[in-house]
Amino acid sequence: MALTEALADRPAPRGVAQPLLEVRDLHAFYGESHILHGMAFDVGAGEVVTLLGRNGAGKTTTIKAMLGMVGRRTGTVRFEGRDILGLPSHRVARLGIAYCPEERGIFSSLTVEENLLLPPVVKAGGMPVADIYKLFPNLVERKRSQGTKLSGGEQQMLAIGRILRTGARLLLLDEPTEGLAPVIVEQIGRIVAHLKEAGFTILLVEQNFRFASTVADRHYVVENGRVIDVIPRADLEASIDKLHRYLGV
Amino acid sequence: MVGLLGVPPQVLFGQVLLGLINGSFYAILSLGLAVIFGILNVINFAHGAQYMMGAFCAWLVLNYLGVGYWWALLIAPIVVGASGILLERVFLRRVYKLDHLYGLLLTFGLTLLIEGAFRQAYGVSGQPYRIPDELQGGQNLGFMFLPNYRAWVVVAALSVCIAVWLVIEKTRLGAYLRAGTENPALVQAFGINVPVMVTLTYGFGAALAAFAGVLAAPIYQVSALMGSNLVVIVFAVVVIGGMGSIIGAVITGVGLGVIEGLTKVFYPEASSTVIFVIMAIALLIKPAGLFGKAA
Repeated sequence: MALTEALADRPAPRGVAQPLLEVRDLHAFYGESHILHGMAFDVGAGEVVTLLGRNGAGKTTTIKAMLGMVGRRTGTVRFEGRDILGLPSHRVARLGIAYCPEERGIFSSLTVEENLLLPPVVKAGGMPVADIYKLFPNLVERKRSQGTKLSGGEQQMLAIGRILRTGARLLLLDEPTEGLAPVIVEQIGRIVAHLKEAGFTILLVEQNFRFASTVADRHYVVENGRVIDVIPRADLEASIDKLHRYLGV
Repeated sequence: MVGLLGVPPQVLFGQVLLGLINGSFYAILSLGLAVIFGILNVINFAHGAQYMMGAFCAWLVLNYLGVGYWWALLIAPIVVGASGILLERVFLRRVYKLDHLYGLLLTFGLTLLIEGAFRQAYGVSGQPYRIPDELQGGQNLGFMFLPNYRAWVVVAALSVCIAVWLVIEKTRLGAYLRAGTENPALVQAFGINVPVMVTLTYGFGAALAAFAGVLAAPIYQVSALMGSNLVVIVFAVVVIGGMGSIIGAVITGVGLGVIEGLTKVFYPEASSTVIFVIMAIALLIKPAGLFGKAA
């Protein structure tokens, strides 16, 4: 398709370093189903980039393919310049990529604190636990509660908080605002902005483009397993109608 | 001191002690089974054979290397644990994606192989294993005579059960295991090598069975079939207690051992079936087991 070919041939803009994450011609399969048809996008260091699209567009599958959680995958995924597509999940994580899954993935057989401390430190420079508790004060008094006894919003905070300790610099957030009250969505927006200021690189998967528009530098619109449009932050206002059509809202 | 319902106190307490000993074995074996089932989702029928191998290991190192009981308590779990790791890497990991039934069939087949081999080499009549000197004799408690070795068995087995429970519920390693039981893909995406953790857990379960085997050697005859006699009962214990529950395995194991012992006193005809009757009732009332979470 023209757009993905254009992205594939595009040289890095002058004066800009190689992107932290480069995805080219990513195909992925669940058994016989061909889910991703040549995904291609870049994430530069320190950027917040979103994959926007409807349910079933292939956004979560893209994240999972990068993490080695999907069956068959082909193409190129380069992180910090090295090919990571063939690596098993635990090796991908150890390179400094952290995952906040769509269902939050809070473990019911662990307490809140155990959940928070579970992901191992993979690089130096992770946020100390005390700072994480400062960022998410709700979690402090619920430390010893069973993880899943928290509200949806609190579980989302926990899911984000626990990956900040690991030292990973690339965060993959899959629909962090799904099913949450507007007040919590705002809170998460502030946290993402704060993380961006702190130098994290974030790949955000979202259906809610209003939330995405408040935080992201660039939006890739995903449909049927491929990128069909790229909308930089500056062009967002002008593209509202287009986005309505793409996302069927 | 008058006994209960006309049963003399020595007999009563003797049977309760026997029940406690059997219960301790049930507890430590069902603990191993519960841990393995929790993390591997495999019903490890080979557990009885691993128990037997532990006892045989103790007997073999004594008779061929002159190595005594206390060393055997260390050596047998290591050897059988290593064999468990091998078994998991070569055979078991191929059936994880399949129905529970295949894991059961595979480990059942392996049990037949292992027991067959030992039976071929040593026959079915048991080999004796002497109680170590330090634990000979017993204490006269007035209402009964308490053999030292049997008291040691109960203390050792239950201490190990408590230690395992502490590790699983209270440590970071235990948290990895519990999380890995719930959502192994996510735990791996965080950077933990889950397949290695699974292999080591299976090895540990086998080592636990072997430890019980060494404890059993001086009490029961060391024979190729000692495991298969026990394993069916242990399954019933695990089912009643709840397949993934550690606490369930221990409490149910000890409890059922005592109930079995008491049944032998008051209604001996029912003693070999009482556990299965309880299992049937428990399944009707609480299918996930007394301490289990609904699957």
